[in-house]
Amino acid sequence: MLLDALTLQLGYNAALVALGASALGFAAGTVGAFLYLRKRSLVSDAISHATLPGLALAFIVMVALGADGRFLPGLLIGSALSAWAGLWITGWLGRATRLTEDAAIGAVLSVFFGFGIVLLTVIQSISAGRQAGLEGFLLGSTAGMLRSDALLIAAGGALVLLATVLLRRPLLMTAFDEAYARVQGVDTYRLDLALMTLVMAVTVVGLKIVGLILIVALLIIPPVAARFWSENAPRVVLLSGVFGGLSGYAGAALSATAPDLPTGPIIVLLAFALFAVSLLFAPLRGVLAASLRHRRLQHKVHLRQGLLAIAHDQPIYEAVTRRMLRRAGLLRADGMPTESGRAEAARAAFDEARWHALRRSGTLSELAARDDGLTRIEAVLTPDQIATLDARLSGREAT
Amino acid sequence: MGAEFVALSLPPLLIGTLAAMACALPGNFLLLRRQSLIGDAISHVVLPGIVVAFLLTGAVAALPMMIGAAGAALLAVLMIEAIRRLGRIEPGAAMGVVFTTLFAGGVLLLERSDTSGVHLDVEHALYGNLESLIWLDASGWASLGDPAALAGLPPELPRMALTLLAVLAFTLVLWRPLKLSTFDEGFARALGLPTTLIGLGIVVMAALAAVAAFDAVGSIIVIAMFICPPAAARLMTNRLGRQVIWSLGFALLSAVLGYTLAGYGPLWLGYTASVSAAGMIATVSGVILGLAALFGPHRVA
Amino acid sequence: MAQVQLAAAHGQPVQDDVSQAPLALRGVTVSYGAEPVVLSVDMTVVPGAMTAIIGPNGAGKSTLLKAALGIVTPLAGQARFWGTPLKTARDRIAYVPQRASVDWDFPTQVLDVVMMGLYRELGLLRRVRPRHIAHAMQCLERVGMAGFADRQIGQLSGGQQQRVFLARALAQRAELYLLDEPFAGVDAATEMAIIDVLKSLRDDGKTVVAVHHDLSTVEAYFDRVFLINRRRMAEGPVAEAFTSDALQATYGGRLSDGFVARSA
Repeated sequence: MLLDALTLQLGYNAALVALGASALGFAAGTVGAFLYLRKRSLVSDAISHATLPGLALAFIVMVALGADGRFLPGLLIGSALSAWAGLWITGWLGRATRLTEDAAIGAVLSVFFGFGIVLLTVIQSISAGRQAGLEGFLLGSTAGMLRSDALLIAAGGALVLLATVLLRRPLLMTAFDEAYARVQGVDTYRLDLALMTLVMAVTVVGLKIVGLILIVALLIIPPVAARFWSENAPRVVLLSGVFGGLSGYAGAALSATAPDLPTGPIIVLLAFALFAVSLLFAPLRGVLAASLRHRRLQHKVHLRQGLLAIAHDQPIYEAVTRRMLRRAGLLRADGMPTESGRAEAARAAFDEARWHALRRSGTLSELAARDDGLTRIEAVLTPDQIATLDARLSGREAT
Repeated sequence: MGAEFVALSLPPLLIGTLAAMACALPGNFLLLRRQSLIGDAISHVVLPGIVVAFLLTGAVAALPMMIGAAGAALLAVLMIEAIRRLGRIEPGAAMGVVFTTLFAGGVLLLERSDTSGVHLDVEHALYGNLESLIWLDASGWASLGDPAALAGLPPELPRMALTLLAVLAFTLVLWRPLKLSTFDEGFARALGLPTTLIGLGIVVMAALAAVAAFDAVGSIIVIAMFICPPAAARLMTNRLGRQVIWSLGFALLSAVLGYTLAGYGPLWLGYTASVSAAGMIATVSGVILGLAALFGPHRVA
Repeated sequence: MAQVQLAAAHGQPVQDDVSQAPLALRGVTVSYGAEPVVLSVDMTVVPGAMTAIIGPNGAGKSTLLKAALGIVTPLAGQARFWGTPLKTARDRIAYVPQRASVDWDFPTQVLDVVMMGLYRELGLLRRVRPRHIAHAMQCLERVGMAGFADRQIGQLSGGQQQRVFLARALAQRAELYLLDEPFAGVDAATEMAIIDVLKSLRDDGKTVVAVHHDLSTVEAYFDRVFLINRRRMAEGPVAEAFTSDALQATYGGRLSDGFVARSA
């Protein structure tokens, strides 16, 4: 069953939804990555919650006009309009008042959502029992999805993706360096507007599958996960898209095997699994790698400081340092240096003296920036340069 | 009129007001620390907390659920801090990762477990159930002096009152360190203040208020009250003490006006049914913030 | 006082007068990521003098102060105040953080900020007496800001904000004053006012340590310098340690030769 789902053997609709979800996930991942690089991830939270009143109003209007209140394109247009209003108010609160963006986001998302709930209860009272269709938009569901809905979502996902691909260059440039992008002739204000429109499009297309409470996860989690793997912005964007696409695809397929389960949470948990793996194990910025580096650095610093103290006949102040030196066989239990401890200390002091001379040499002092106190000078200079330094050193001692 | 009001409207009105004020109070410090959205995150993770508590105890009882919700809130805050520090992720994104994940986990757990026999669902956690908190033993204003009738008060009322007292006591006693470490953390640390602990204390107070409030009024009010009254209050004054008082006033106004509009508004318009009180309270707080943003004397720096 | 201590690499041991110094650092190393920003720094602050901490951008000047005050946790090394750990010396230390490190839109007034300097005296709940307010006003007077006591802090100019921060430090009635970039982005009048206050503190026997970045005023303002570029480059009286050799070592090729020649 599971394998059937993942290989799109569960029927035309399920396959269409899975493909649509992966297109949506990929688009959300890339759009979200730009949002993350602009440090505005949570704006998407305001946008998505702000869709609810529009959704409900569209339903009310369509029912009042005698149409089916659950007509998906109508609902999506309504939600897009109110998301737009929410976005505009978020910006206005930031511009017209002293409030910071996070407060504006929180205010808009809670008030719009609250107002949406009021409208939902209005719908409940005017058409008792018939609002079941709207509840699905909170958490997303693929159960009972019409073929036309699935097509709409797949097409919408593909469209957002296409727009992102087209705008990738200016988006990247702005995310990296806004001022530079502006000098290069990029209209950053309009580009920001375009980015927000893309976020809105992802949200609206994703409403049916992921639901409005959790769609932000698809915009936030993949880029954060991707960031652990690379320092290179285009690669982060691409990887984020891949993570989002994978979560969307697998989540939609899985939920096809269990139609009772809401789709949104499954997709979100899959995305989180990718995030957790990245956080822990990514070789570049992962926690494991970073803590190993940190401990290694700490060890080196303590050893070096201890050795220099030995070389200069100073007391070693910290117990940790003494312990590390003892463990490295450089210090005896009684606190006196061992034979190799003395040798190492002399080498460290000599290395230190060479660095010192380097900083004061007219020709080589630029290289002093490489001095992190741990790198041996042999790693930075050629033997010839070292010879020059040593000559300087002995010359100075002679005078 | 009197009897009906005391029995049906007074308890939810009081509970809504107490909840709004209890959330607005720590919201002031969250606002000034640029952590407003922590309130958003906390109120989302309340759901997985109560679901886990329900699965462990098998019953819908107030105490285990509150403990579960508080545990989830604390877990969320610790996860956010851990992800922020370990992964060097900006706080907004770290929050987004944590609260969506925990909320998604809560929804799935809820859907996978058999809760058909009990009143526990996503909608309930979101909108709360303010309207149902009625006082059947009341026969009029006189019941307020009748111990037998008072024993039948909805338990949410004393619980919410105690929560507000606790949050109030925390704020008053720790006023100076709260203010100092919020304004200038570096200086506060140089004075020897435990700034990390103070920051955690604020979040714990927010979580306490959120957890106590969500059961009665749902998550929406919680988020709205964390942010809207303090934000509106900030636009009314340049003094922290006055800002806090303004925010309490705005919270009270939102609750009373919102509850009244939800209950009686549709009647005035000729409809019979009422609308969600929680949603209406949030809406009113938004309108107040909008007015403050347009006319508040200190709306711009 | 002839104790010019060029970097320890020269083989001269750092003089071990830890118990006398208002602040002594030994082997302090701080790292924010994989690279240390402050590396094995020893520093011995001389009592009753004004010391400037000097170095290029990103050399770890502010980090050094923060590590001493426990605001950042060092990877290795320790700080001693009059020979004791920070905890027992807090009442004798005043700190002026970088002005840019706080949110000046915070809803509070000038006098309120100065009163924060009295926190260790007032504690959680002790009542504010008229003498406390009088003391805070006196401190504002000393920095020429008495007329601004009721002003919202966001309405002050950069120089005025810096004066308020100094007044808050004065309110602490400390013996050691640690200032992080007190002259950054302030007007000339404020700079003179601040330096006058600091000199009068020094003349009263207090110790002043300031992170400073304007090399042209070092000789006029300070008694001693501490040159740092991740490592300690030189330390001592201005006349002896503020040399072209030491500046060359600290700033590398980035310093204009003209300046080095003039100050040498």
